[in-house]
Amino acid sequence: MIRYLAKRAAWSLLILLGVSAITFAVNFVIPSDPVALIAARSATKADRDRLRHELWLDRPVIVQYGHYMAGVLQGDLGRSYKRKTQVAEQVAARLPATLILMAAAISFELLIGLPAGLFAARRRGSSADKTAMTLSFIGVSAPQFVTGLILFYVFAYWLNLLPTGGFGGVSHVILPAVTLGIAGGGWYSRMMRSSMVDVLRQDYIRTARAKGLDERSVVLVHAFRNAVLPIVAMIGLDVGIFMSGVVVVEQVYGWPGIGQLMWQAIQDRDIPIIMGVTLTAAIFIVLGNLLADVIAPLIDPRIRLR
Amino acid sequence: MKRLLLSAAAALALIAAVPALADSPKQGGAAVVTFNNDLTTLDPAIGYDWQNWSVIKSIFDGLMDYEPGSTKLRPDLAESYTISDDGQTYTFKLRDGLKFHNGRAVTSADVKYSLERAVSPATQSPGGGYFSAIKGYDDMVKQDNPAKELSGVTTPDDKTVVISLTRPDATFLHLMAINFGFVVPKEEVEKYGADFGKHPVGTGAFKFVEWTAGQKLELERFADYHTKGVPYLDKLTFEFGQDPTVNVLRLKKGEVDIVGDGIPPAQFNEIMKDPSTKDLVAVGDQLHTGYVTLNVKIPPLDNVKVRQAINMAINKDRIVRIINNRGVVATQALPPAMPGYDTAQKGYGFDPEQAKKLLTEAGFGDGFSTELYAMNVDPNPRIAQAIQQDLAAVGIKAEIKSLAQAEVITAGGSGQGVPMIWSGGMAWIADFPDPANFYYGILGCAGAGEGGWNWSKYCNESLDQRANQADTMVTAEQAAARADAWKGIFNDVLKDAPWAPIFNEKRFTFHSQRLGGDAALYTDPIHIPVNYDYIFAKDAQ
Repeated sequence: MIRYLAKRAAWSLLILLGVSAITFAVNFVIPSDPVALIAARSATKADRDRLRHELWLDRPVIVQYGHYMAGVLQGDLGRSYKRKTQVAEQVAARLPATLILMAAAISFELLIGLPAGLFAARRRGSSADKTAMTLSFIGVSAPQFVTGLILFYVFAYWLNLLPTGGFGGVSHVILPAVTLGIAGGGWYSRMMRSSMVDVLRQDYIRTARAKGLDERSVVLVHAFRNAVLPIVAMIGLDVGIFMSGVVVVEQVYGWPGIGQLMWQAIQDRDIPIIMGVTLTAAIFIVLGNLLADVIAPLIDPRIRLR
Repeated sequence: MKRLLLSAAAALALIAAVPALADSPKQGGAAVVTFNNDLTTLDPAIGYDWQNWSVIKSIFDGLMDYEPGSTKLRPDLAESYTISDDGQTYTFKLRDGLKFHNGRAVTSADVKYSLERAVSPATQSPGGGYFSAIKGYDDMVKQDNPAKELSGVTTPDDKTVVISLTRPDATFLHLMAINFGFVVPKEEVEKYGADFGKHPVGTGAFKFVEWTAGQKLELERFADYHTKGVPYLDKLTFEFGQDPTVNVLRLKKGEVDIVGDGIPPAQFNEIMKDPSTKDLVAVGDQLHTGYVTLNVKIPPLDNVKVRQAINMAINKDRIVRIINNRGVVATQALPPAMPGYDTAQKGYGFDPEQAKKLLTEAGFGDGFSTELYAMNVDPNPRIAQAIQQDLAAVGIKAEIKSLAQAEVITAGGSGQGVPMIWSGGMAWIADFPDPANFYYGILGCAGAGEGGWNWSKYCNESLDQRANQADTMVTAEQAAARADAWKGIFNDVLKDAPWAPIFNEKRFTFHSQRLGGDAALYTDPIHIPVNYDYIFAKDAQ
């Protein structure tokens, strides 16, 4: 196990290095000039050149990348061009909100998706199955902005049951988490269904039934445990996806996550923030996948970590 | 009978007086303003977007300011000022009893420190260059061994600031009202360093309380503000992160008071027609012009007849209708709210026949192909399409390039530039209400270089000289002559047609029933969009 983790850690560092280099390079390939966006519109060429020098933007790209990475290794993600505040501080301030939303959203995805998938798999081919799968298809296809606005309008504005957004207690996270849960739940239900259908066909299930076990044990204990493996892998991916920010849902509900930060930074061409959020997201994606891979053998002992 | 009549008359008089009473400013109450994006910074030397501009004006002050809701200058931290005969020395006397939010008294040394901070390259202020006329500026910005202080700013005593310029500058008083030079306390700046923008301490009507990144910003009334009675509100809160569409719903529900981003285009008609909301929308003029830049260096736009033809080919009324009549047709570069606007100037009318004639005279009777850049956020692509159709009608084939704001700005600012750019979404809103601000950066030679905002690359040396000359007319007696000089300059610019001015956008601010104050305060041309110091809550106890 230790050897496995060490190997994964080494690979992860390499991946993060690659991500940082590519993102950094892309910022310079895009034809846009941060100085033009920061400087006053009546600034003279001398003013702009001075600003460019202060921001290190007049050095060769390699030198800038070296300067940036030297800072990162010391824990300094640089300062935002527009705000002049520490990037690390800004990202850290928004991480708790993003983590909470991620946890809540994944919970809803599983709450909606797993029972639906199980239900559909057991009644495979029936009209109940078809209905469940159509609903999941709608869940997956509906744009989050539309679902979000509809839920907002109905529950927060019209029925006045939930707050109109912002950060706060449990009541504030319900609507954003459900919006995300509907889309993700659609995916999970289809995955669960196909995985279950496969497993229910296996010989050992027939054996279990023949042994006289009640249907509930067969499905929930034996079949489920074998079918849930792909779901675990998906959850690992989901952790990564949510931690890189869900801009649309954050916009509708005013949820102060890192998605919002990234969106604004992209519009302002605020390279330090873009780099900081990308690196943070990359770290979480790597961690999420690592988590999924480590949990897998706990569920299915036949899997071995190599 | 008489008594009945008397009491009836008294009752009527009272009823008539009540609306007047209800609308006079009351002390107290709170207001919530929403913005989609989080504010970037509250550091006056750094903050330069339309959202934080007026918030900074409420937390900080400069030597000068403007009458609320207008473009008229008046002294702010200064009690009075005198200008030397040659127009190169300004002496400001500070008011008595000025205090920072941390309790310390304000002195002339603070004014000097703040100006030096704005100029110093280490601060990376976008607007440091505005103070280039002050003596000693060049020494502070040079690369080897820059000076640490601005020699042109002296403080003979605690209440007097004397500023010497290298040349007379008629816009100088406006520069004393601009955010970049607002007075900051040295000890707080040194305590927070580059994070001062997150912990602002100033002299303004509102005091900073707390800022939770991405969520909300809280300000409270500064009891020791130099103007008694102002601000009227006790508490001002800014909430961030939600779409303006959602915030309009929240306003209707009574949760917020002002939608800072303005009414989303999709809901505009609905709100203006609904009887319960249409009186709650304040309408005012902005110092804004939307225009198409015509690159005078790229053929065939280098031919003035072609540029004039383009001006005449565009149906501006139709474009104003596309934006739901949220503006008026522009006849010239300056907006109507700008001092120096020429009401007699009719501009180029809509005349496709004349346009075709001019094109033929220029040798392009068969038309030509070109490119039109525009920002990809609604309604700009639709406006670009309307322009494309108008140009096609006279034989000009314009390919539309609809890109993100940053890309268009970079393309326009590149050395060569691009043929045509519709300025929507990036249009020029004056930094201060003077025609000079509408010239140098966007029509003068200095802005025509790489990274500049003069996207038409127009460079007329003689007009530049006339502009410099006009700005040496600093005395009050010369004001009329200066206004005429600028009128002449802009009229000549119009003849050369480096732009096709299209419309001047009006500002529409949707606010709640409980907030009072003149409509001009909600569409303040300087404290964009709202002058927070002077609005009040009608339901304050």
